[in-house]
Amino acid sequence: MQIVLDYYNYWACILIMMIGFYGIMAKSNLVKKVISLAIFQTGILVFYISTGKIDGGTGPVRVADGAAEAVYSNPLPHALMLTAIVVGVSTMAVALAIIVNIRQAYGTIDEVDIETMEHERGE
Amino acid sequence: MELIRHNLPALIVVTPLVIGLLTSIIGRRGLGWWMAMGTTAAGLAMSVQLLVDVLAQGDRTVEYLMGNWPVPFGIGYSVDPLNATVLLIVSLLGAVITLYARKSVASEVPAGKLNFFYALWLFCITGLLGITITGDAFNLYVLLEISSLSTYTLVAMGKDRNRRALTAAVNYVVLGSIGACFYLVGVAYLYMATGSLNIADIAERLQPIYASWGTEAPIYQKTVITGFAFMAVGLSLKLALFPLHGWLPNAYTYAPSSVSALLASTATKVGAYAFIRVIFTLMGVGFAFGRLHTDVALMVCSGAAILVGSWLAIRQTNVKKLLAYSSIAQIGYIALGFALANKDGITASVIHLFNHALTKGGMFLALGIVMYRVGGTRLSDLRGLGRKLPITMGAFTAGGLGLIGVPLTSGFISKWYLVSACLEQGRYELAAIVLVGSVLALVYVWRVVETIYFGKREDEVNVREAPASMLVPTLILVGASIYFGVDSSFTTHIAGEAADFLLKVKP
Repeated sequence: MQIVLDYYNYWACILIMMIGFYGIMAKSNLVKKVISLAIFQTGILVFYISTGKIDGGTGPVRVADGAAEAVYSNPLPHALMLTAIVVGVSTMAVALAIIVNIRQAYGTIDEVDIETMEHERGE
Repeated sequence: MELIRHNLPALIVVTPLVIGLLTSIIGRRGLGWWMAMGTTAAGLAMSVQLLVDVLAQGDRTVEYLMGNWPVPFGIGYSVDPLNATVLLIVSLLGAVITLYARKSVASEVPAGKLNFFYALWLFCITGLLGITITGDAFNLYVLLEISSLSTYTLVAMGKDRNRRALTAAVNYVVLGSIGACFYLVGVAYLYMATGSLNIADIAERLQPIYASWGTEAPIYQKTVITGFAFMAVGLSLKLALFPLHGWLPNAYTYAPSSVSALLASTATKVGAYAFIRVIFTLMGVGFAFGRLHTDVALMVCSGAAILVGSWLAIRQTNVKKLLAYSSIAQIGYIALGFALANKDGITASVIHLFNHALTKGGMFLALGIVMYRVGGTRLSDLRGLGRKLPITMGAFTAGGLGLIGVPLTSGFISKWYLVSACLEQGRYELAAIVLVGSVLALVYVWRVVETIYFGKREDEVNVREAPASMLVPTLILVGASIYFGVDSSFTTHIAGEAADFLLKVKP
């Protein structure tokens, strides 16, 4: 029990990631798959940011001269995750654009239906 | 000139990125190809120069600091014999396939999208070169995504010929993103343990952590092992190592011909390179193979890749898909080489990176000509083409001999080193798998060759030999793959340098 409580932030991140992962595997609707992918990536974002947090740490702002030295959280994971957010958004955009095209070509966005259609055509 | 030469490692990545952006905004049709061609030709010249520079250095490395920020605070590029070789592979294949792409792409992609196509083409090459040259683990992730995002779109551009390209692309997006995300999680774990993102710096900071594991108070043991596991699975997905190859066959089959050739000859090679880098430079062989026995898992996966990939290739009726499954088998040979972790094994791996890029690139280009002239790549489309397209089909057959590993082709050289590496380690069963894989390759190549030369065509289609702009690049690649089979001194020299560097043998 102690290990769950001590590291509850990591457990939460892993839970979010696994919810997304489950969705990617289990859903046949392509848009739901992409949403699951977004959830999975969000789990990673939170995971990174929680690694940089220090108990009682503030933002990394330079304190006035003479004031007591402040403890601050590691800002680097935040910077990394800004990049990762951009990458995630681009992935979403590309995936959704392809799904729009799929809808125009097949009239459905369900993976199973598409496979059945292609199977019937003898592919 | 001195300025260019000093900034070569940065220019090699930044040039295609900037020109790619320009290509996407210019309005004039037809200019896109010229910009891509100029950029890739310049890239080839730069990577040749870089390889010469690296081999001239005493310690075989060239370091470059982005914006002069010292590592590990800034992003450092570090070039050694291994990634200089992979850079050469990517730029060489990039330039030759761009030369070929002009007519082939114009026939498969709508004219209004051509400039966007070449912009994505350049972004893809930017990403691949960047992954190869960067010395920063997070930067590697970003460049991995740059190349992947452009690749997804390039694959989807095959939709005007076959709508299956769209489903192949969406499948690739999902699996590719999972792979990249797993790698990213792996980097997070290593960052937690070491507080650094620079590959060389992480490797250094891991040493005291490894040293503490045998003692009373092991530090970060689970963190580091979990991080490595995530990275290994993520990169195996990118490299399409069996059983994580699911995205590959359809993506290669339904993409436009030039894209298939570029992907088959560079994208998986760069994935393999990244995996080699993580195992040998980042984590260290002692940890990855000595402590965790990842080499056993890799040998099992690559052995299965060779057998299953070749077996599935035999059963295909679409020749493009046949080559795609054959690629899965070839990736098995590459992974097997570095899993053995001795000098011959790594040499075999690096030589095969090079040889397979040439051979498979050439074969995909030959198939692209069939697509251009006949309009399909099923076995029935190739029937009796030996007389109609003698040069193209001759090139395809010569490439096929390379896949089998017939002596005097480059495939023979890589397999020779691979088998001797297996025997050196006393792994006779792996040597047997390599030989069985070659026999299976003989079967699937023979099926195609038989159809080409002895198949009877009912419909007498009037096809002429391909235009020179497509024929010359195909012959360059196939010719090079034969040349490096006859005179392998260049490939064995640079691959040997790379192996020495990875195994820390002083030159």
